[in-house]
Amino acid sequence: MLADDKLAEGAHDPLVDGERIMRICNACRYCEGYCAVFPAMERRLQFTRSDLNYLANLCHNCGECHYACQYSPPHEFDVNVPKRFAEIRAQTYRRYAWPAPLAAMFTRNGLAVSLVLVVILVLAMVAATLVLGKSLVAATADPAGDFYRFMPHEVMAGVFGAVFVFVALALGMGFVRFWRDMGESLAQFTRPDALRSALSDVLRLEYLDGKGAGCTYPGEERSQARRWFHHLTFYGFALCFAATVAGTIYHYAFGWKAPYGYLSLPVVLGTLGGIGLLIGPAGLLRLRLRSDPATGDAGQVGMDVAFIALLFAASLTGLALLALRDTSVCGLLLVIHLGVVMALFLTLPYGKFVHGIYRSAALVRYALEKTRPIANAGLD
Amino acid sequence: MHDAPTEVLTDTYPEEEYYGDLWRVTGGQTDAGLARLTVRSSATCTQWMKDYGVRFQPALGGTLHLGRTNAFFLGGGKALINEYYAAAQRLGIEVHYDAEVVDLAIDDGVFQHALVSIGGEKREISATALVVASGGFESNLEWLKEAWGDAADNFLIRGTPYNLGKVLKVLIERGADKIGDPTQCHAVAIDARAPKFDGGIVTRVDCVSLGMVVNRDGERFYDEGEDFWPKRYAIWGRLVAQQPDQIAYTIIDSKAVGRFMPSVFPPFRSDSIEGLASQLNLPVERVVATVRAFNQAVRPGAFDHAVLDDCRTQGLSPEKTHWARAIDAPPYYGYPLRPGITFTYLGVKVNEKANVIMSSGSPAKNLFAAGEIMAGNILGQGYLAGFGMTIGTVFGRIAGREAAVHARR
Repeated sequence: MLADDKLAEGAHDPLVDGERIMRICNACRYCEGYCAVFPAMERRLQFTRSDLNYLANLCHNCGECHYACQYSPPHEFDVNVPKRFAEIRAQTYRRYAWPAPLAAMFTRNGLAVSLVLVVILVLAMVAATLVLGKSLVAATADPAGDFYRFMPHEVMAGVFGAVFVFVALALGMGFVRFWRDMGESLAQFTRPDALRSALSDVLRLEYLDGKGAGCTYPGEERSQARRWFHHLTFYGFALCFAATVAGTIYHYAFGWKAPYGYLSLPVVLGTLGGIGLLIGPAGLLRLRLRSDPATGDAGQVGMDVAFIALLFAASLTGLALLALRDTSVCGLLLVIHLGVVMALFLTLPYGKFVHGIYRSAALVRYALEKTRPIANAGLD
Repeated sequence: MHDAPTEVLTDTYPEEEYYGDLWRVTGGQTDAGLARLTVRSSATCTQWMKDYGVRFQPALGGTLHLGRTNAFFLGGGKALINEYYAAAQRLGIEVHYDAEVVDLAIDDGVFQHALVSIGGEKREISATALVVASGGFESNLEWLKEAWGDAADNFLIRGTPYNLGKVLKVLIERGADKIGDPTQCHAVAIDARAPKFDGGIVTRVDCVSLGMVVNRDGERFYDEGEDFWPKRYAIWGRLVAQQPDQIAYTIIDSKAVGRFMPSVFPPFRSDSIEGLASQLNLPVERVVATVRAFNQAVRPGAFDHAVLDDCRTQGLSPEKTHWARAIDAPPYYGYPLRPGITFTYLGVKVNEKANVIMSSGSPAKNLFAAGEIMAGNILGQGYLAGFGMTIGTVFGRIAGREAAVHARR
């Protein structure tokens, strides 16, 4: 039934059922006020694969529309927007992944794989320090907190710089693929009005707010918990990133070498961010594990948990390193922290993190569409 | 009603206008006292609903002309009921699911106890007061057949299969005074492919005004351009019910695409009227002749679906008085229509305190009714969009309050 059906993968393709569900929703429209998905849906009379990929990435899986739905099971129409959209989203993550062969990581990146990756990377770094002739277990803590005696700055910066460039490229390519799939031009993406509107939605988590009432997550009762834990996670991550940028500027622009004092900008930013990245992910994990299985895609628990666990571990090991940098375990903690951070970054383009890219891009598209006239969508 | 714009309604909808609308659609078949009470009390309903957690939203996209007269709650009817159940739970009210009232003991106009079947187990529950809000009998196909004859076989029921009218029947048998004509109901024209029960809102087809409607024999039978959606919505179910085999077919051309709320079922489609008629199993020549005659009768005008425009036919019987444009731009689309019964009006008589009136003429002091089971007091016939909700909310509040007052005495 899809308007561009050539690629349909059969009855098990969530896009096929997604189209059927959207046709039901578009004839009902009672959920119009819940989030961006339904107004975006109402601009259409038919739903192509690209439309469904877009709508699914606008959905933040709160379940509100499902609890309200008069067509959810046991009704024979069997409508379940959040669950089907979660499945479609997972499919889009694989479809837009770059380089394409690594898309397979999405299906395997559970907690175990992440932990194995952390162990491998830690061991690799231990090996590197040995090759470089450095001893990880220093007898004395002297000079205090100097990370570079375990791993030279050029090595650390070089390796992480390369990882960062690769991750940025992979995420950027994913975005481009999504944006093209929606049929939008890159020139449209840079329109300031749409960017501003989407940025405001993202930074305030507009649609997790439920117009003040919160979201039906993890269960049917509304709460702001997910929004606040997400805020802590997001801004925690941003602060940690800012700490790294500040440190880089200190190093290259001013020639100020680490370690930095407890009240220095990089350490204050990193500490605050680290605290956010402990509380936020812990809260999100608790909510995720208690979330209603009826509204989610059980196949994605592994991916979600792995990302949350790596964020938490990166923060925990970072704060431990800060606290114990003047002791004899400094070297060991350093390689563990670096291993965790590298595992986190390497899995960014192939895990839950990409939701941030695609949801933000979908919100830009939503803002763009709002400025366009509605053609033929039952609004006479 | 509202005398000034509110958060959820635009402009004003004064009592006189609201009451006038009701008077018109019911053809005067309404209890004036109860009708005025309903209209007046509706003004305080949205705030009361909000207090219990119900949320509202602006008029839905595609529902033209309703922002002034109809408040839409967010999420639809199930979301509304979810909020009420949650509120009841917070208040510590016990709710029994999968339970049905089998019989009521009423002595001399005083309710004594109810016989209830809970999970198959019969229990007697006594109470100082009882509010019945158990709906009409729209899902009771046998009862519908008693009223309508074999035509009822072709009706679709838009809501739950559980509205069997059992409590209504018990009340009438136990001496409650009944009110209303059993053939009167709120019925809309819905897609004939809808399930027998519970197809709900998505099965409605509203492109009647944009094209033409023919019956089984390929003949037009009513002015498709008579009025706007709220009025049209309320009458077309009954119109289809009165046609042979209780079926009709709405035919539009490509000019109408995108101008009406999409239906959940894809339309039949053909590049010719002949092709469409044969897909719809209609007499092809008849339909072709009907379309030709219609197209020839269309007078020139400026099409505007937002007003009662001057596009009309001349020389047809019946005429199409607004929005008439030739059906000549292929592809052509068709939807089969059936009467979709929303709720029936036959019910029990009540007074302004929602007391059930017994056939002796006196009110049952501890027995109250709200919703569809008493809607026939106010709706003798016809319908106003959203009015079932209004009656339910207004009389639900009255019945609850009066039952509490009675119980405290």
